[in-house]
Amino acid sequence: MKIELTINGERREADVWEGESLLFTLREHLGLPGSKNACEQGECGSCSVLLDGRLVCACLVLAAQADGHEVVTVEGLGEDGQLHRVQQAFVDAGAVQCGFCTPGLVVATAALLERSPEPTDDEIREALSGNLCRCTGYQKIFDAVRAAAGATS
Amino acid sequence: MEVLTPRSLEEALGLKAERPDAVPIQGGTDLMVELNFDRSRPDAILNLNEVAELRGFARENGALRLGSGLTYTEVMEEELAGLLPALAEASRTVGSPQIRNRGTIGGNLGTASPAGDALPPLLVEAAEVEVASARGPRTLPLAEFLVGPKRNALAEDELVVAVRVTPSGSRQTFMKVGPRNAMVIAVCSLALAVDREREEIRAAYGSAGPVPALVTAPLGEREQFPERVAAAASPIDDVRGTAAYRRHALRVLTARALERVLT
Repeated sequence: MKIELTINGERREADVWEGESLLFTLREHLGLPGSKNACEQGECGSCSVLLDGRLVCACLVLAAQADGHEVVTVEGLGEDGQLHRVQQAFVDAGAVQCGFCTPGLVVATAALLERSPEPTDDEIREALSGNLCRCTGYQKIFDAVRAAAGATS
Repeated sequence: MEVLTPRSLEEALGLKAERPDAVPIQGGTDLMVELNFDRSRPDAILNLNEVAELRGFARENGALRLGSGLTYTEVMEEELAGLLPALAEASRTVGSPQIRNRGTIGGNLGTASPAGDALPPLLVEAAEVEVASARGPRTLPLAEFLVGPKRNALAEDELVVAVRVTPSGSRQTFMKVGPRNAMVIAVCSLALAVDREREEIRAAYGSAGPVPALVTAPLGEREQFPERVAAAASPIDDVRGTAAYRRHALRVLTARALERVLT
């Protein structure tokens, strides 16, 4: 079936299988592999994207449900070739090891700071509870989120 | 496979009557896992995301009508959290922000898992389920809607439209046992309310029997109540915990919930 949606500000069309996830569409049909495919059951958050401005796991959205809607992926966060401030903060803090969870964490952090520009540590913990990182132990990620929040104010 | 996307409730009910085999999808947090892992290949999927009548909630003469498309994130927002505090607490324990932004109250009812987090708080508040088909609507108590593990009372042409609940205003809370505070299917859960007007304690457990179920007692029998809740449950041994542990945990949760609500 054909679907049409806005991705990172651009109208895109895709010919998808009726049962496929938005994540599969992004990665395999639309050339946007930034959102990662790991658990495919909403446990790990590696495929986090914004659907109509709300943070969701792209693996749990039926592609057909995104028809007519607006999606922002990690590729769409930065502007004019510049990294988004959350991306820059992750680089500066060294919050990346293998890097597989990073796109999801970056999108989740951007969503958090949009809603709560100066989050407490407990808010950060709750906001990122759906994003698993198996390398860093989260300390550097927290540093990055705090730094990105500081960069706003 | 076919995806049917109605734009109104009337159209949705018409499609469900024509295609009773169509599996409804709202937030997709249950069904997509089935599809992603090849566990299910329905011939048709009924996408309810574009049906405006199912969204949000409304106040109706002191009662609340929660649309089946109401998300857990929306339940946690100030207005509803003030009216249905235990349901808001339970919603906050569902999955992660990503899951709560998509998962819905109607989906919890449709899936009818013994571990459904919204179910114990709704049982404690005597919620009713509004279902509809092209033949018309009907309303039934939540306890009658839940007929078994992952089984509900929907006829094949019916959809869950809303949950009706009259907030009791009683002090209430929700507690859940699991290995972490997020992304956890309840090992067991408990909603508890103390209704001072009726001098009654009401509790409902989850993940400790084939369906979440209600236990009540006069307020004067507070001391024996934890034991009564544990005895009422019929838990099993499974991958998340043993029956003995679940019974013990329910006893502890009930005592703690009473303390939290009464002090």
